[in-house]
Amino acid sequence: MTGATDRLPVAKTYKIYIDGRFPRTESGRYFALEDEQSGVIANVCRASRKDCRNAVVAARQAQPGWATVSAYRRGQIVYRIAEMLEGRREAFAAELERQGSPARQAAEETDAAIDRLIYFAGWADKYQQVFSAVNPVSSSHFNFSLLEPTGVVALLVPDKPGLLGLIANLAPAIVGGNTLVVLASEARPLSAVSFAEVLHAADVPSGVVNILTGFRAELTRHFASHMDVNAIVVCDAGREARQEIQTLAAENLKRVVCRQRTDWSKPDSATPYLIRDTQEVKTTWHPIGI
Amino acid sequence: MAGSENTLAFDGGWQYDPAPESIDHVRIASRYGLFIDGEFVQPERGCYCDTLNPATEKRLARVADASVEDVDKAVAAAQKAYSGVWARTKPAERGKYIYRIARMIQERAREFAAIESLDGGKPIRESRDIDVPLAAAHFFYYAGWADKLGYAFPGRRVKPLGVAGQIIPWNFPLLMAAWKLAPALACGNTVVLKPAETTPLTALKLAEVIVDAGLPPGVVNVVTGAGDTGAAIVAHPDVNKIAFTGSTEVGKIIQRALAGTNKSYTLELGGKAANIVFADAAIDQAVEGMVNGIFLNQGHVCCAGSRLLLQESVADEVVAKLKDRMATLIVGDPLDKNTDIGAINSKKQFDKIEAYLKLGQAEGGTLHQAGGRVPPQGYWCRPAFFTGVAQSNRVVQEEIFGPVLAIQTFRTFDEALEKANNTPYGLSGGVWTDKGAKSFRMTQGLRAGVVWANTFNKFDPTSPFGGYKESGVGREGGLHGLEPYLQPGA
Repeated sequence: MTGATDRLPVAKTYKIYIDGRFPRTESGRYFALEDEQSGVIANVCRASRKDCRNAVVAARQAQPGWATVSAYRRGQIVYRIAEMLEGRREAFAAELERQGSPARQAAEETDAAIDRLIYFAGWADKYQQVFSAVNPVSSSHFNFSLLEPTGVVALLVPDKPGLLGLIANLAPAIVGGNTLVVLASEARPLSAVSFAEVLHAADVPSGVVNILTGFRAELTRHFASHMDVNAIVVCDAGREARQEIQTLAAENLKRVVCRQRTDWSKPDSATPYLIRDTQEVKTTWHPIGI
Repeated sequence: MAGSENTLAFDGGWQYDPAPESIDHVRIASRYGLFIDGEFVQPERGCYCDTLNPATEKRLARVADASVEDVDKAVAAAQKAYSGVWARTKPAERGKYIYRIARMIQERAREFAAIESLDGGKPIRESRDIDVPLAAAHFFYYAGWADKLGYAFPGRRVKPLGVAGQIIPWNFPLLMAAWKLAPALACGNTVVLKPAETTPLTALKLAEVIVDAGLPPGVVNVVTGAGDTGAAIVAHPDVNKIAFTGSTEVGKIIQRALAGTNKSYTLELGGKAANIVFADAAIDQAVEGMVNGIFLNQGHVCCAGSRLLLQESVADEVVAKLKDRMATLIVGDPLDKNTDIGAINSKKQFDKIEAYLKLGQAEGGTLHQAGGRVPPQGYWCRPAFFTGVAQSNRVVQEEIFGPVLAIQTFRTFDEALEKANNTPYGLSGGVWTDKGAKSFRMTQGLRAGVVWANTFNKFDPTSPFGGYKESGVGREGGLHGLEPYLQPGA
């Protein structure tokens, strides 16, 4: 990579991100990410069931606080993530290249990821107005329906695009006040770990986003069956995987959102309906009288 | 006990003459087939079940028990009607059919109310003033959406899903049929509806209305039967959507059965709502709210206020007042206009409630059950509550679906909220206080889909309804109730 300079580059240890810290997996397991030219790029943490559970605990603890952060502030925090990412554009593009993306595509993807964060930052204080309702009931009541976050959301991101696919699914969930346990793409896990560093620098409270790396086939069932996960968003799962997820999710009636074959690079893949997917509608009745 | 010395002797002191609703205008056939493709047909295997009047334990009619073959026929009819007629019907015309249904229910309202009370056991006052008018209103509300769907989903094009399989419960039979049918039809879907086996009659009467309203054959099909019929609908490969209202247990079975299919689903399931009363509440008003919350429809209400959380300083006073109020409730003939609490819907449900009454005491709770006589025949449960129960007791955690309230106390706001949210359910909740800010903070904190402040058990077609957590997935009613019946386009 660095060619014939006399300085040995410092390689990064890629770790997982739980509750605002960067531990190694408690299991001590790893998997090697390789490419054809340079061999091993990184030894990536192969997270375990225990890591999943720790991450859910952190997400649960952070959830009520994050849900009550004002919409304006949530918007600013997500905007801040974009600012931090903008400052590290080249590094993220280079990392995508290391994971197999052509240079131009890597640069475009990074820019699109930043812009996607800006897009959702803007929704933070608007989606409620678009999706809420004041309901004209026949009796003497003030009746309204508004959105509240579903709670703790497990997110299994698509394999590609490695960075944009992560951000396009992560941003709408946290903008809506949910906290997340993310399983990074198995094929392109490095962007997710580096993105955790960006989150860390962007005043995202600890536990709001937790990011694990590991094998989807192994970990899916732990996310889908966890009794303290309220929703699972899964990208590009095969029929059998979807069946397993929905079967296990039924135990606590998790909401299951399947996003299949979305081209996240297309501008119309960004919609506030992605926020809506992990929201609950609450209807409140107040009598009008004296 | 503040109110005890003032207790009125209602039992024996106050007499009411019977005021029965006339039923001479009600037409119930001795036997009903299945409503498939616009006409009543015999079930393929020729099986029929009885539907009983739970107040007399006497048979009202024989009703077909639909088999897999019958469900196949119904789904095929619905599919044919979907692609052949309904999907091509102009939205405005679709709406006009639904308006017709609303109007015809209003015209035949008294007949529907009487049959609802005969078949299900609910007091005529409720079926007359709540179930039937709300059912008509539901059709009227959604009729108008048929040609306005584009305005409901900004930035999106929407289209119907196809054939909706709808399985409804026995507690609000006609109203639940309306909740299911109206939005499905307005959005352009066709329907196979299965009413509950103990309360099929008003859905079959509704099928008559659908014929009279001139709906194209197959747009609405009604198949009667029990769990196996429902399972056949859920499993049918040509059904595109399942809408179910019933127990959480069955809801989970359905979610598992649908795993890996592309069918969408909405589930309206059980609840164990907390009704939270602060010391600064208008107490007498709150007591009325508790009574309405748990004793409406014999407590056969998924969103019933089946837990009462009382702030400690007023707990004794509230309990005394509630006891007094319960002593005035009249349990008996559902067709009597004075009746407050009708018949328990079925033997099975009666046994379940009785078991919980025993269980609550075995767990250490103190049972209070109102006195008074109940008719010799039929299934009856006098209104009851438990005090001295802990958060972990089964009568606090589990849905009883009967006129049985679990009373707990709290000291602080946070304790009330913690206890209220501490069940797997999240359908509804109530808060009673005279302080606006406190009320809003509590309604915000409750993890439940419907929250009533200083009122309880209010319903309206414009008002979305549905649960958080294990109380269900999706919403019915209002603008938000359209979404489950449409597929999103770009």
